[in-house]
Amino acid sequence: MIRLLTLVLAFCASSATAETLRMAVTTSFHNSGLSDVLLPAIEEDTGITVELLIVGTGQALRLGEAGDVDAILVHSRAAEEAFVNAGYGTHRREIMYNDFVIIGPQDDPAGVNGLAAATAALSAIARTKSVFVSRGDDSGTHKKELALWGDAGVVPEGAWYRPVGAGMGAALNTAAAMDAYILADRASWLNFGNKADLALLFAGDPLLFNQYAYIPVNPQRHDHVKADLVLALEDWLTSAPARDLINGYQINGETLFTFNAIAPAE
Amino acid sequence: MSDIWEGLVAGFWLVASLDADLVEITLRSLQVTLTAVVIASAIGLPFGAWLAIRRFRHRRAAIALLNALMGLPPVVVGLIVYLLLSRAGPFGVFNLLFTPTAMIIAQVIIITPLIASIAHQAIRDIWADYHDLLISLSTTGGQRIRTLLWDGRRALMTASLAGFGRAIGEVGAIMIVGGNIDHATRVLTTAIALETGKGDFALALGLGFVLIGLAVAVNLAIHAIGRTESEGKW
Repeated sequence: MIRLLTLVLAFCASSATAETLRMAVTTSFHNSGLSDVLLPAIEEDTGITVELLIVGTGQALRLGEAGDVDAILVHSRAAEEAFVNAGYGTHRREIMYNDFVIIGPQDDPAGVNGLAAATAALSAIARTKSVFVSRGDDSGTHKKELALWGDAGVVPEGAWYRPVGAGMGAALNTAAAMDAYILADRASWLNFGNKADLALLFAGDPLLFNQYAYIPVNPQRHDHVKADLVLALEDWLTSAPARDLINGYQINGETLFTFNAIAPAE
Repeated sequence: MSDIWEGLVAGFWLVASLDADLVEITLRSLQVTLTAVVIASAIGLPFGAWLAIRRFRHRRAAIALLNALMGLPPVVVGLIVYLLLSRAGPFGVFNLLFTPTAMIIAQVIIITPLIASIAHQAIRDIWADYHDLLISLSTTGGQRIRTLLWDGRRALMTASLAGFGRAIGEVGAIMIVGGNIDHATRVLTTAIALETGKGDFALALGLGFVLIGLAVAVNLAIHAIGRTESEGKW
């Protein structure tokens, strides 16, 4: 029994090599398919194998606080800045952006299509009591949605408002099954395979801007964090090859992400 | 309905083409679950037998508790194991979080009560027959447990297979402690959850059929090795 346990431990110890880095990322980063393009390139250029933990922004920040990951890549500015200010991360580096879109049933009972502002769209959904699926999982998308409701001056309550407490894909599946409205990031929506009767109804409001940022976990708090690998990855993510891959990533001819990392001021 | 058909087709092609990723996650599923079953059986079977032959004060309460633990919610087990293995937790220095070992630990906790409980029921029945014989031979406790375990091996195999069944299809706990990391801790169940999240139902269902097929194959293999249906062996 003890011999068996030792064997198992030895097996696992040998599989964890030195050049492996753990990064917690948002579901949208992976569901969009971008990670499948970037990770092999990172491995080829830097020799770093990046192990992805695909979670919501809230959980990603928790993993960073506990020191269970080396870096995080998320999209919720206020929460990120709080994370860095509390000393859990060393700094916040903007990498790329895309935008949020409002998805809903094709026949658009709330008349969202063609409205001028995102807040007007949400107000219309609330006014007509059209079913709306909320992520409800403290993710970046969820935080954004709550901020938008605040901007619209609507308290989302009632049987029409359904927080599902799930990732982007699972929430989209729920919305597809209920013919409901939902706030999603464009990349996840384009790469989603079960669109059913849903369609993209609203986009383009500057309020729906969605910035992704990279935060190294503070090695002063957690000395086991692989700080040199984390910096090497940051250098790569802000480099020209990353820019070309991110800007060039398309689904059905649509660009999903726009690279906007700036070189550090020397 | 067409989704189910597409799932069957996808599952067939995954197996027929021996997809490299599929082979990898299938082997990892087997590695994690079989290791967990071996460890849990090594703990649960003797414990079940011991519980059957030993008389002590709170025996009834212990048995009731064991039976209740069969219904341990995997998500809660996962969360507790996560908090224990996290860098911020008491066992953080071992760096076990998000490794197959963490998944094995969680599965052992989930299935040991199940295996022990079924083993206890089975051994209790055999013990009723063997009681007078083993007492009159003035055997030690260890000898009695060994005899009962050996003579009850067929029923005990069912206990272990029940543990295997629960562990191979489990997703809540291993998702939390394993993290579903590609090429590190992704197994069949977490891959199914991931593909469902992407809305790729055909691939998710295909993986599901592979998982069901795997469970059937393992059970058949165990029965074939044990030659349960041959006369005279049992």
